[in-house]
Amino acid sequence: MALPKAKEDALAARLAALTLPAGKGWLAALRSEALARLTAMGLPARRDEYWRYTDPTSLNVPEAPVAVRFEPGDEAEPFDGMDRLKIVFVDGVFDAAASDDLTLSGVTIERLSQTGGKDIHWAQGLYGQLETRGQTPVARPLAALNSAFATDGVLIHVTGRAAKPVSLIYVHQSDTSDAILHHCVKLEAGASLTLLENGPAAARFSNVLEVDIAEGAQFHHIRLQGRDHQRRAVTHLFARLGARSEMRSFTLTANGRLTRNEAVVELTGDEGRAHLAGATVGDGDFHHDDTVFVTHAAVACESRQVFKKVLMNGAVGVFQGKILVKPGAQKTDGYQISQSLLLDEDSQFLAKPELEIYADDVKCSHGSTSGAIDETALFYLQSRGIPRRRAQALLVLAFLAEAIQEIADEDIAEDIRGRLERWLARHGSNG
Amino acid sequence: MTMLETVDGTEVREGVDRETIETVQAMAGKYKYGWETDIEMDYAPKGLNEDIVRLISQKNGEPEWLLDWRLAAYRRWVKLEEPRWAMLTYPEIDYQDQFYYATPKSMAKKPKSLDEVDPKLLATYAKLGIPLKEQMLLAGVEGEAEPRQVAVDAVFDSVSVGTTFKAELAKAGVIFCSISEAVREHPELVKQYLGSVVPPSDNFFATLNSAVFSDGSFVYIPKGTRCPMELSTYFRINAENTGQFERTLIICDEGAYVSYLEGCTAPKRDTNQLHAAVVEIVILKDAEVKYSTVQNWYPGDENGVGGIYNFVTKRADCRGDRAKVMWTQVETGSAITWKYPSCILRGDDSQGEFYSIAIANNAQQADTGTKMIHLGKRTKSRIVSKGISAGRAQNTYRGLVSMHPKAKDSRNYTQCDSLLIGDKCGAHTVPYIEVRNNSSRVEHEATTSKVDDDQLFYCRSRGMDEEEAVALVVNGFCKEVLQALPMEFAMEAQSLVAISLEGSVG
Repeated sequence: MALPKAKEDALAARLAALTLPAGKGWLAALRSEALARLTAMGLPARRDEYWRYTDPTSLNVPEAPVAVRFEPGDEAEPFDGMDRLKIVFVDGVFDAAASDDLTLSGVTIERLSQTGGKDIHWAQGLYGQLETRGQTPVARPLAALNSAFATDGVLIHVTGRAAKPVSLIYVHQSDTSDAILHHCVKLEAGASLTLLENGPAAARFSNVLEVDIAEGAQFHHIRLQGRDHQRRAVTHLFARLGARSEMRSFTLTANGRLTRNEAVVELTGDEGRAHLAGATVGDGDFHHDDTVFVTHAAVACESRQVFKKVLMNGAVGVFQGKILVKPGAQKTDGYQISQSLLLDEDSQFLAKPELEIYADDVKCSHGSTSGAIDETALFYLQSRGIPRRRAQALLVLAFLAEAIQEIADEDIAEDIRGRLERWLARHGSNG
Repeated sequence: MTMLETVDGTEVREGVDRETIETVQAMAGKYKYGWETDIEMDYAPKGLNEDIVRLISQKNGEPEWLLDWRLAAYRRWVKLEEPRWAMLTYPEIDYQDQFYYATPKSMAKKPKSLDEVDPKLLATYAKLGIPLKEQMLLAGVEGEAEPRQVAVDAVFDSVSVGTTFKAELAKAGVIFCSISEAVREHPELVKQYLGSVVPPSDNFFATLNSAVFSDGSFVYIPKGTRCPMELSTYFRINAENTGQFERTLIICDEGAYVSYLEGCTAPKRDTNQLHAAVVEIVILKDAEVKYSTVQNWYPGDENGVGGIYNFVTKRADCRGDRAKVMWTQVETGSAITWKYPSCILRGDDSQGEFYSIAIANNAQQADTGTKMIHLGKRTKSRIVSKGISAGRAQNTYRGLVSMHPKAKDSRNYTQCDSLLIGDKCGAHTVPYIEVRNNSSRVEHEATTSKVDDDQLFYCRSRGMDEEEAVALVVNGFCKEVLQALPMEFAMEAQSLVAISLEGSVG
């Protein structure tokens, strides 16, 4: 089917500003396939069903809109003091000096830009493949664009228990940087890895993470999308889970002008477990969109989606979530909750929590709520001598608690609670 | 300890309501309304073009402004594309392969009263259990303490064949007639309100309806009047290859109240038939409307052959402060259901409620739900939706709750429950929630589960067969919605639930 004129023009303009990285290896063919997918889909538009609440224009335009780098002040770097293997990208460019040596027991780590030229590589079976699966039934053109044009990324092959977490750090320096990174993680049967991601990355950041989790493997993912006020980001997490495997992914977003986090998770082996959670705090010119698709394609799997947003001064929060239970995926346990706390009159919450179920012996539920802070609770806390602002912060933290509980590592959870508390103290609404 | 009695040779255990058994037995035989009336019909030529629109308008003896209104809608419709966003799959509809106007020959000369109506038509409605003759109705309820009177407007294919209790209603100042009659008798009301809730440009099917609507009901309840009886429209599609496009307009003036019931049936046929209706309700200050539907169009056979394609736009506009609307629907029929009765809560403190049971069995597909648009301050809405899927059916709840920035201190509660019977069917929930102020509270909950084995086992142990047990459990699942229906409808709905699920177990 031909694309509408507006979509064709937008795509042509964007493509004119991009060049397919040169090379002849395994990656070249996958890049051209991705480009073909993108050309067939066109760029997202407001009229597309899954973009009705988020305007994709600033993600589509050829030049990244200017975003002045934000100085985080005295706040310590996330995961500071943790024993981890650091890999640093500055405006999407690998920083060898700041990064650790890429050797780690139980894990092989390579860079996309260095292996793409080889004739053959394990990542061939993964790069762009989960993304392709994730394109139906809903097109995700920005992910295809990423697969075609990613400049770098890491390819992580986990064969055993990773000795320590792998930490991807994205530094933003230039006001006009436009970074496109693509990572692949393959966990062999019984392997385990914790992947940390943090930092604002660039003025505009496109990030794709494809994760293949084999039988009995464990993948933990914790992401902190920095406090950079003007940055824009679109991220895609594609995951495929084998039998009895486990995935936990948590994302904290504080500020940023536009964030679109898509997660596409497919449970393909029996008794798999996928937990996705997000805590978001936004103040002012802030638009945050979580678009989550969980597919149950096997028996007795469990999935949880827990997304909480605290919004103030006109901030906008979006949640689009789906639990799809395929025919035969009996004994499914699916749960989804999306909640927002609107701290003042101007903020907005737009949600589309969906269930699509083709099996009868399932337990699926979802809930979605939106409202202001509970005045009675606030009054109670004040009556116990807690100042209003502090009382409000306590209630906000309590509201976010369910999402933070999804973090397995208690130290990280504690650190995140501390960060949120300080953020609230800085942004405390007068309400 | 158990006393056995028999009903037509069937042993009934104590504790099982004798009446339930009788009802179930009486209802046995699948789709009960599948017969057709053999009656001479006048058809407009097949297909749709401006001439057909003109013909419909002329047959109804309409004024110029209405013809222009229809033609404008037709010209717009030609340029529109059929919406395909619903979770429904059906072959392309050939809009030129339909009759857009069919009327019994005997109706060519408008009968002055019910006595002049073709007895065959009256017999049709009698067979459907809708007595059109007022005296029959009164005679039929002999013995009851206080007979409830229901005024009926009966629509047969494209025309209204009769409206009962008109005189009695007129005494109260209530206008209840067919919309074609209202155009002639009360043009000022029709002109003021027609299309003001569902504009002709609203959506593909509403635009089509605006161009070709042939008849429907018109209700006006004057200021401060509590309508003395329930009003009801009964829609019957009889002719083959005929689309039914009725339009209902209800105006409930300040402080008035009306309860309105709607029923629908159609004969069994192998081909799909199109039904695209529009219902507009205007509710002014302090007024209240209850609108209840039992939709039992022919659903097609077990293999999905035949059945009605039901594309309906229903909307209530609470224009005044403290206006109130309550939609209750029991959707058991139709091969395809595409229907979203909506509430525009414009007046401050206005209220909208939506109670729905949607049952899809065999190859039926339903995509139905509601929209609650909160515009006024302190507006309240409540949505209770129960979806039941069996056989290979697909059942989708699709709804919108929108809190506008000015709708301060508003409230919504939504509950969507789905029940699956068998592993070949599907149940889906697609809610849209848009909150644009913080003093409003919105809560949405949805669950999906299967018929509880323990409950079934218990019922079986009390002597019920599996189908009865399922019907009972499902009726329990639907309880909150059944309770919202007027008494007579609730009874009918309960037995419908049982019939609709026939053949879904075992």
